[in-house]
Amino acid sequence: MSGPGGGASPAVTSVMVCMGPGGVGKTTTAAALALQAARAGGRACVVTIDPARRLADALGVSDVGNEPHLVPAPGKGWPGQLWAVMLDAQTTFDNLVGRYAAAPGQAEAILANPVYRNISAALSGTQEYMAIEKLYELQESGAYDLIVVDTPPAQHALDFLEAPSHLARLLDNRVFRLLMTPTRAGLRALEIGAQLMLRTISKVAGGQVVADTVHFFTQFEGMEEGFRERAARAESLLRGELTTFALVCSPRRDSMEESLYLVSQLAAAGVRPGTVVVNRCYPLYPPMPEGAAAAVAGTPLAPLVANLEELRMVAESENDQLARIVAALPEATLYRVPFLASDVYDLDGLAEVADHLAG
Amino acid sequence: LSSTTFFSQARVLIVTGKGGTGKTTVSGVLANLAAREGLRAMVFQIGAPGARYEPGTAQLARLFGSEEVLGYEASVLGSNPDGGSVHARAVTPDTALVEYLHLHGMRRLSRRLVSSGALDVVATAVPGMPDMLVLGKLKQMERAAAAGQSDAPDVILLDAPAAGHAVRFLQSPRGLLDAAGGGPVRAQAEDVVQMLSDPQRCRVILVTTPEETPVSETVETAGLLEQRAGVSLLAVVVNGRLPVLSLPPQPDAAGILLMAREAGVTLQPDELEGLAAAARLRLVRQDVQAAQVARLGRELALPQLELPFCFDADLRRPQLATLTDALGAALAAGPVTSLWAAR
Repeated sequence: MSGPGGGASPAVTSVMVCMGPGGVGKTTTAAALALQAARAGGRACVVTIDPARRLADALGVSDVGNEPHLVPAPGKGWPGQLWAVMLDAQTTFDNLVGRYAAAPGQAEAILANPVYRNISAALSGTQEYMAIEKLYELQESGAYDLIVVDTPPAQHALDFLEAPSHLARLLDNRVFRLLMTPTRAGLRALEIGAQLMLRTISKVAGGQVVADTVHFFTQFEGMEEGFRERAARAESLLRGELTTFALVCSPRRDSMEESLYLVSQLAAAGVRPGTVVVNRCYPLYPPMPEGAAAAVAGTPLAPLVANLEELRMVAESENDQLARIVAALPEATLYRVPFLASDVYDLDGLAEVADHLAG
Repeated sequence: LSSTTFFSQARVLIVTGKGGTGKTTVSGVLANLAAREGLRAMVFQIGAPGARYEPGTAQLARLFGSEEVLGYEASVLGSNPDGGSVHARAVTPDTALVEYLHLHGMRRLSRRLVSSGALDVVATAVPGMPDMLVLGKLKQMERAAAAGQSDAPDVILLDAPAAGHAVRFLQSPRGLLDAAGGGPVRAQAEDVVQMLSDPQRCRVILVTTPEETPVSETVETAGLLEQRAGVSLLAVVVNGRLPVLSLPPQPDAAGILLMAREAGVTLQPDELEGLAAAARLRLVRQDVQAAQVARLGRELALPQLELPFCFDADLRRPQLATLTDALGAALAAGPVTSLWAAR
């Protein structure tokens, strides 16, 4: 399956990018936001990155690879459609190489190159780039009303927003480009600084590494233009009017500091999240009347009152943290998702979260 | 088990766990406990390349009541009158590369290599290079300590990347050995692999919260760390355990009304409802936590060290003191000791 078909008219696709610190429930929130859109009648697709296994199972994306998968609606279902993809950065990158290969056999040669394997598997920023590439691909299909993208945990928003051009620049590296014409004239053209740099890399990492890299850039010849253009288009999708950003966080100080830092980074890039989702909030119960704690000491009521006071303490200090993000993004829509009885790992759990993201 | 014995098991303790479970806090608590034992403890954090401010490093400093921004040079976060102290530093691949090049006689080039973005090219050419540079710096500190250098730490706590990334991070020197190529980087990778795979020198402490997903991920990560990175595991810290209160099993407003009458307290309906709802939430959470702690015990044969939940969204010195007391007590407790012996 590769998306909703059946003659549906191409949609104007909105995009929502979920950003936030690690461990705050970004993936779950992204899925719940997409579910909420499906419940409102839309064709929604969530791109998940590294979801917990049980959540992946619930969405049915555990072993369906890199293409959108229609999540079967339980019971009466929902009026729209919920699609889910589990991002496979490697396959996405491989496909991209296939798409831009100019000569027969070029793609195969690149895929087998050890330097390519390293770039596609381990280089930081690749996962971010591929998430955006996947988003771009899905958006281009015109098959969805809303695409929600989960992102890898980030403190540095620009790492995400600029991942495509960052990698495209790397693939277009001047030093290595020049090296591909190792004639006398080419070498002379090579700036002294660049030569020194290569010599240093050889010294540190061994000459073989430099040779492999040069080989890779030779194989890549002719594709860099296509990569660069597509990267620019993917990036402009992120900056376009149809894209909004959701900040996902928890009301703990550490998470809040990271979130506020992220917001300041986004602001510097001209982006302001329109949605804030604060997960795992403790409810604030009404206080006990004055003197109640002393009056109940030693009675069976004492632990009940002690518990209430403890939970109120957390909730109040959480509210202090919450106030900071509200002050930083006063115009954003704020959703508070309470601490749920258990982790979210099935569609019922997702629906429970989605209830708190409605309206 | 005494805290001193605990810290004598390995000089480098790698602290990792799922994001949001409290790795940095636990690193700080371990360092604080070591300092209480008169040891010199160093928290080693990893910064992102080129970053001037890291919320994670600010978080560690805040726990010790400091506003300092941690950098490559070690900062003092606390010291005890009897000699123990807590230090911290944040090492980025860039700074580690610069120092590495200095040490290998390439001083003139080093700044330029970093500022021109050449680190990216090096990273492209050499698998796992940035991670390896950071680990190489860690190993250098460990060697200095082993050689008994006067300013070297007794205990090094590596505040490692989150669980999934930690496997890749700690695997990087092995990956580098597999890749072709020689040069000083290969030699350094060999040294780092040696350190990581020597349980006398280096052990991993996993951090989890007593909840479904973090526990599952911890069990999975534990296996991967042993198989792929070749590191030995020391213990799992169960962070955020709610102290168990003896609450009525099925709290409702009507029952609480009777208890209030008996105690001679007048409560309004919303207060009664609040008490009941708060108790129900606590009971559900306590049950979930107990079940997950038990599951963790079944699925991962590691000593568990429990740290209590802090009823505050902001962790500072008072919470650090409470958590350090709790960790010391957890180490001293009986059942854990027998598990230690079994390993």
